[in-house]
Amino acid sequence: MIDQTSLLAASLSLSPPIARFPKRGAVFTFVVGGHHINRRPPVAVLRRLYSLFKIKDQKREDAANSSGRAPVKKQSAGELRLHKDISELNLPKSTVISFPNGKDDLMNFEISIRPDEGYYQGGTFVFTFQVSPSYPHEPPKVKCKTKVYHPNIDLEGNVCLNILREDWKPVLNINTVIYGLILLFMQPNDEDPLNHDAAAVLRDNPRLFETNVRRAMAGGYVGQIYFPRCI
Amino acid sequence: MADVSSDPGRWRDVDKLLARPGNIVGQDFEPSPTLREDIGEIARVLVVGAGGLGCELLKDLALSGFKNIDVIDMDTIEVSNLNRQFLFRLQDVGKSKAEVAAERVMKRISGVNITPHFCRIEDKDIDFYNDFNIIVLGLDSIDARSYINSVACGFLEYDTDDKPLPETIKPIVDGGTEGFKGHARVILPGRTPCFECNIWLFPPQVKFPLCTLAETPRTAAHCIEYAHLIKWGEVHHGKDFDADDPEHMQWVYAQALKRAELFGITGVTYSLTQGVVKNIIPAIASTNAIISAACALEALKIVSGCSKTLCNYFTYNGTEGTHIKVTDFVRDTDCLVCGPGTLVELDTSITLLQFIRLLGEHPNIRLSKASVTCRGKNLYMQSPPVLEEMTRSNLQLPLFDLMGKVAKDVIHVSGTSEKNDKKTSCLRKLRVVFKGVADGITSMDTTDGS
Repeated sequence: MIDQTSLLAASLSLSPPIARFPKRGAVFTFVVGGHHINRRPPVAVLRRLYSLFKIKDQKREDAANSSGRAPVKKQSAGELRLHKDISELNLPKSTVISFPNGKDDLMNFEISIRPDEGYYQGGTFVFTFQVSPSYPHEPPKVKCKTKVYHPNIDLEGNVCLNILREDWKPVLNINTVIYGLILLFMQPNDEDPLNHDAAAVLRDNPRLFETNVRRAMAGGYVGQIYFPRCI
Repeated sequence: MADVSSDPGRWRDVDKLLARPGNIVGQDFEPSPTLREDIGEIARVLVVGAGGLGCELLKDLALSGFKNIDVIDMDTIEVSNLNRQFLFRLQDVGKSKAEVAAERVMKRISGVNITPHFCRIEDKDIDFYNDFNIIVLGLDSIDARSYINSVACGFLEYDTDDKPLPETIKPIVDGGTEGFKGHARVILPGRTPCFECNIWLFPPQVKFPLCTLAETPRTAAHCIEYAHLIKWGEVHHGKDFDADDPEHMQWVYAQALKRAELFGITGVTYSLTQGVVKNIIPAIASTNAIISAACALEALKIVSGCSKTLCNYFTYNGTEGTHIKVTDFVRDTDCLVCGPGTLVELDTSITLLQFIRLLGEHPNIRLSKASVTCRGKNLYMQSPPVLEEMTRSNLQLPLFDLMGKVAKDVIHVSGTSEKNDKKTSCLRKLRVVFKGVADGITSMDTTDGS
């Protein structure tokens, strides 16, 4: 009795890809659930189910096995777009970026901003960025890690910046977000307050606001709240 | 419980589609009285999600003749599921959706074999997904669809003429519902648009300005989001909000009520709180039934060819009457996920630095100041300075080594390209093939495990 499995294997491994599918009328064996079934092949089904035949990429398997690598990682479209944004970053000298998880995790990073003019001149303010796989359809999540006396940043680190929420568009990028943050320190505004006390002082008594900011940055109390030194 | 499939007339309607010729059949359709059985024996389907769509899909696919079905879902059954996820009963609350669904369908339909997977889709090896002939999605998020799409498109390979190799096309049928609306689409990577090609069609999610929440709320949703996004952090330092924890949800609801009272706003209810916080829209059984029927039918068509497939995006809107539209969306040939990219043939000796210089000169690429990334590893970054330093040492190494010594692979490069005197930044997909390295496609497995 002819071993039809070996016939099939032999003919298929030698033939070029186009002739991979059995000719109509040929009888052959295929194995389903451990049982050998001999019958006229359901060509219609086979032709459609191209991936019925598992094509093993032998070289890749060997390479992966030999170097003992973990299974291949999937890179999302969001990570790729982020890679482009990061590779084109054009930051001013006063702004430094760092990657706490190393060069291959671009989705979590920190920015430290040191304004060189305005109320917050000389202080250093750190922001964490968390980018999701659905970037750029979702804006990055940004929080301020430095406790700061600012009308648009609350004491939990939430930042009120329009492009981080309602005005985010996929055409914006990391550079624009960072510049938006820098602008918050150059031009704090009392119209979108997250810290309404600070906003009220800025609006009614800018000199007092300046004093409060300096005291907070140097490390001290403004009202009942203590601000650690950040200058 | 009666075995549905033991009635000899049971398969009459499906067989009419599969055993008879017709005028709108697919290419190469060969009707046959044994076609249904053949499909049952050979075809392997994966159903992703065992919820509203998943339950309907398992039933529909099993009753269409599919016999080898896998279902994957990481969730457990909740009481609120029971109005439409009809495979579940009150005593099943707390159990795995995938496992209970599989068991119930197998009990009602003899001959079908459903293998449940109680885990996240990311927990499976990529190879797991390659075992299936067709993947049907009953998911509830963009992220999950994006993931499966990138996995399926990852199997796609192109020939030297940038045409997709048919045996590497992994069909996906994607269904989704939201209240009275739903969609079903057919994704044939390389032929029809993939999920990323059209992702820009999704409208942006509604996000309220933080200052509105903090200072000037006007609606019940504002009060809820204030409690969820601002008040929670103030009171629960360091503790993350868990939308699935009923105590957390209850806390947010109570705070939202307080705030609403303060501002004289009405309409805050517990179910609205859940809806706003989790972005939930109430689900309706009939929408799920309609969409999953469309999906199951497409799966049958793709596998059998008994009719022309949906081309390629079906939308349903039942808010007022019944509105159905099919749109033939066009692929994005530059799609980073399913596009062919540009074929580049290289010597194994070329260094990363030489490769980057080559990108500037290659007639189809012309990319200057390129940064290179391969499978999540950033090989070289032009900017910012800290990353440039970290990756500078790679420049002298052979690209072949950096890419894991494989015969060919996909890499992505970003940089500046100049067209008609205009400089634009762009991100390109490249298919790199190393000359002289044996191609992996030499042997094939026709039987399992041999």
